Amino acid sequence: MGHDTAEWVYVGVICGILAWVGADSWYVEKLVDDVPKDAEVIKVTAQQWFWTFEHKDGTKEVGQLHLKKGQPYKFEITSKDVNHAFNMPDWVIMQDAIPGRINKAWFVPDQVGEFPIQCREYCGLLHYNMRGTLYIEDNK
Amino acid sequence: MVLELARPRPIWQIMFSTHHTDVALLYTITSLAFLFMGGVLALTLRAELFAPGPQIIPDSITFNRIFTVHGTTMLFLFAIPFASGIGNYLVPIMVRYKDMAYPKLNAIAFWMIPVGAALVWLGFSDVSWTAYAPYSVIRAPGPAADMWIFGLKIVGISSVLSSINFVVTIMKCKHPDLPLSKVPLFAWSMLVISLMTIVAIPTFAAALLMMLTDRLGVSGFFNPAMGGDPIAYQHLFWFTFHPEVYIFILPAIGMMYEIIPRFSRKPLYSQASGVFAFVMLAIIGFASWGHHMFATGMSFTEKTVFMIGTLAAVPASGMHVFNYLATMWGGRIRFDAPMKFAVGGIALFFSAGAGGVLNTAMPLDFITHDTYWVVGHMHLFLTGTIAFGFVAFTYYLFPFITGRMYNRKLADYHFITMFAGTVMVFFTQHLLGLYGMPRRVFDYPPFPAWIAMNEFATIGAFILGSGMLAFLINLIYSSAKGKEANMDDPFGLGGKYYYPVSAKTPHHTGY
Repeated sequence: MGHDTAEWVYVGVICGILAWVGADSWYVEKLVDDVPKDAEVIKVTAQQWFWTFEHKDGTKEVGQLHLKKGQPYKFEITSKDVNHAFNMPDWVIMQDAIPGRINKAWFVPDQVGEFPIQCREYCGLLHYNMRGTLYIEDNK
Repeated sequence: MVLELARPRPIWQIMFSTHHTDVALLYTITSLAFLFMGGVLALTLRAELFAPGPQIIPDSITFNRIFTVHGTTMLFLFAIPFASGIGNYLVPIMVRYKDMAYPKLNAIAFWMIPVGAALVWLGFSDVSWTAYAPYSVIRAPGPAADMWIFGLKIVGISSVLSSINFVVTIMKCKHPDLPLSKVPLFAWSMLVISLMTIVAIPTFAAALLMMLTDRLGVSGFFNPAMGGDPIAYQHLFWFTFHPEVYIFILPAIGMMYEIIPRFSRKPLYSQASGVFAFVMLAIIGFASWGHHMFATGMSFTEKTVFMIGTLAAVPASGMHVFNYLATMWGGRIRFDAPMKFAVGGIALFFSAGAGGVLNTAMPLDFITHDTYWVVGHMHLFLTGTIAFGFVAFTYYLFPFITGRMYNRKLADYHFITMFAGTVMVFFTQHLLGLYGMPRRVFDYPPFPAWIAMNEFATIGAFILGSGMLAFLINLIYSSAKGKEANMDDPFGLGGKYYYPVSAKTPHHTGY
């Protein structure tokens, strides 16, 4: 009965691994939470079942988003009706869009191309089809 | 103990009985029925997702309703009642008392479940099992969503009542010669989850009422236009349901503690370590609910607190795995069906736990959250650990309940297909999540990787389903026509079978 050395060693190893996972995620998340000063703001509005993007100069796009390579962008994400989640899986951008709140996410596109935008929080009838396209163009 | 089929009684005598073994039989049969019903819904969902485009479900609202009822059924109508059923069979025997502390309350708690179940199934709501506001408040069609609310309300009251009963039975009706520290670990798991239920459920009960009054338009708890906050619902919900995750899993862990020493023919490695890990999980389980909400816009500090709370729960789960392995180490193990399922369950429990550590690491959570990774992760716990433990114990108690032996060949087929199926479906879904596929989708764009993995997962689901069909046939056929079990030692383990004294001389012989 009771603990013996093997169990203490085992629990110690687990705690060590967990401490490492925790410390590393703390460090990485701190970097991710820090929005660069020169980031251009894009207002993202979700509603059943499409996305609206508003650029700095006031132009609006529905269902598609055109961005420039190399420019940092900060998304201010909100919703008009129910919870959604703004997600660009290729860029690990994922934030809930919640009515009455503005959530933030940022990234710097470093590659041109077309990438999917999707909703990742269940939002009803056409949740599966609440998709958009991100176009990243050369900054010239 | 009862030999239900050796001494046949009219069914109404069992239905209106308050004796713990009768209530246990009702709980067990009802929950297994819901397991099969929920399983059929799961296979329907998997068949739909086999390829892009509509397959067998006509529209997305039907798909949404099916996954809502599938989740609600498996969690509230299978996992919780099954644990109560086995607890009813064994807890009074383990603490050496004649019955549960409050037999009538026990029967009432059981009979609330069919009522709640009828509301959930007849309503067939589409709110998803989490029913996040504001969707559940302002968009979900009624009366289905209202029926879901009342159904869960009733099931919640039932589980609080049965928890009170278990706590009193164990704490107050325990034989005076039996110290609490010597109470078998399965009874300990029931004690711990009952205390957790009593603390956790009221929060969700309040959230359900707030959701109802919000739906009626007389309040705005979760409506930002009326000064409310949708995030408040998520906090209330997960304050109940993260501890509830441990409420689902600890009985399965406790059942494995019954099976593994007996089939390894060795005493348990450490009772104290098992008790310690149960109590640790019960306490720390309340400090981690926020890890379900990292993407709702939590501040860095909140995320850090909940990440630490979640990581702190891991060593306790690891101690259970160590305890199992140390018990099996050097034992003369007999791999009958209960032991196969228990060992398979431990392997999958370890994998699921390792995946859980990745979820709680804050930056990684934004990759996995609300994708198929999460579906795979929680099903690896729910199927791989909880259902494996429950199935193992069903086989283990089968001779005990029916006086007959299950068919061993069918049970072997069940184990192989269920294990292979679980790995095929849920490991694949982890990968699918890393490829970015969101959960709760009726249809998906034809990306080649998504199609291939969905096809593979669906094939795995049907393999798993064929195993469950073998299980159902085995249960029905063997309880009527199976070989008579040797009630002193049905598994040929050399020792005595389960508490044989009470089995041969039940306290209650008449009704």
